[in-house]
Amino acid sequence: MKKKEVPQDKSKLEKAKIKDMVYAVDENGEYVTELSTGWEPKTIALDNAIKVIEERVEDARQRVLKNETSPIEYYMEKAKMDLPILASYVGLWQCRVKRHFKPSVFKKINGKTLQKYADVFEISIDQLKNINEG
Amino acid sequence: MKDSLQIDFAHKQTAHCENGVVSNLMRHNGFEVSEPMVFGIGSGLLFSYLPFIKVNYAPVFTYRVIPGLVFSRFAKRVGVKIKREKFSNPKTAKARLDENLRNDNPVGLQVGVYNLIYFPDEYRFHFNAHNMVVYGKTENEYLISDPVMESVTTLTDRQLEKVRFAKGAFAPKGHMYYPTSFPEELELEKAIVKGIKHTCRDMTAPVPIVGVKAMRWVAKNIRKWPAQLGAKKANHYLGQIVRMQEEIGTGGGGFRYIYAAFLQEASGVLNNENLKEFSKEMTEIGDAWRDFALDASRIYKNRSGESDGYNKIADQLYEIARREEAFFKKLKKAV
Repeated sequence: MKKKEVPQDKSKLEKAKIKDMVYAVDENGEYVTELSTGWEPKTIALDNAIKVIEERVEDARQRVLKNETSPIEYYMEKAKMDLPILASYVGLWQCRVKRHFKPSVFKKINGKTLQKYADVFEISIDQLKNINEG
Repeated sequence: MKDSLQIDFAHKQTAHCENGVVSNLMRHNGFEVSEPMVFGIGSGLLFSYLPFIKVNYAPVFTYRVIPGLVFSRFAKRVGVKIKREKFSNPKTAKARLDENLRNDNPVGLQVGVYNLIYFPDEYRFHFNAHNMVVYGKTENEYLISDPVMESVTTLTDRQLEKVRFAKGAFAPKGHMYYPTSFPEELELEKAIVKGIKHTCRDMTAPVPIVGVKAMRWVAKNIRKWPAQLGAKKANHYLGQIVRMQEEIGTGGGGFRYIYAAFLQEASGVLNNENLKEFSKEMTEIGDAWRDFALDASRIYKNRSGESDGYNKIADQLYEIARREEAFFKKLKKAV
């Protein structure tokens, strides 16, 4: 890539004042670094990935409202986590966390374990029990 | 205890965090080594495909070796010793960090990205292999040199503890590292040759999950994705490839441009004119990767599930694999 061809497209990086450093060749064929504000192909890829997460969050929210899953799954999706990551944060086996997704099991979780989840999601136990407050 | 101290540390932005930490720590200790040099000697370049491991609900594609390996290999090859420490207790981790700062020693830290507050939200994923340098502290904040940022930044005690003890894959466990001893003089020649040979070996390895073989495997799978997974998921997988290839830190073209810059610099050090030509060729391969990303993005921009587009980029990837295979076989003999 030539230095003058380094793309300067719009991206989410601008508002954080971050620029991406890329390597390119100057007019003399020497390698130099150049800052880039973004490149459309990867901006679209990132936007799509965010959209996938948003859809997962909304889907989880709907299932909580229909009593098909517990708020833990909703908050997990909201925190961009998956089962292995959440299990690792709360320090429980994955199968146990998965069981906690069952609304009937969720109701019986003791205070100490609930607090663990609340701490990981950085919310109160009330918020954990009621997603409308989250 | 007087808690404010600042080590005189020169922050310099680099494309990639690990190269940057190494290059900046080396400079602090009186050795000027560029980012491409660290990356090349540390044999950072790779391609790998791990379809059985999912990150963000898509398979893992990587254009570089696993985190930490660049520094380890670089250090070994130039004769630098590194001390690495991991912790189970955050308090001990903090105490050890403070002790180093008091001793005027800036240290590298492995951290998770999800809680790095100075990154934009959209970039905050549960990715645990980011690297930064801590070079001092004030009463309630640590002074941070994050190589992918233009200037230095700060994190509070609590914020730093959170990123040092992020959980999930590659959990950093407070991982702290710094060089402890250096050779009298940095001899790069042998290190460069070792670094290059290693990369040539990796890229042409007879293993399906690494190097050009892995690229061919991905190409083969891309053709099947639209029928096998449906347009939506196939688009998502393509997006993941492009993100891994072009994300912050790659320097563009899946690290191929950084590698070309390394070959150009190595040509001067080794007095090997040939390597200049290799550098040019690697730049062209980098351009081919960029074209591949651009064409892949057209597919997911239009949310297309038509197999024509997928076949076309699979062909492109197959062609890149052919070029890289020829390239690394030739390069191996040139040093």
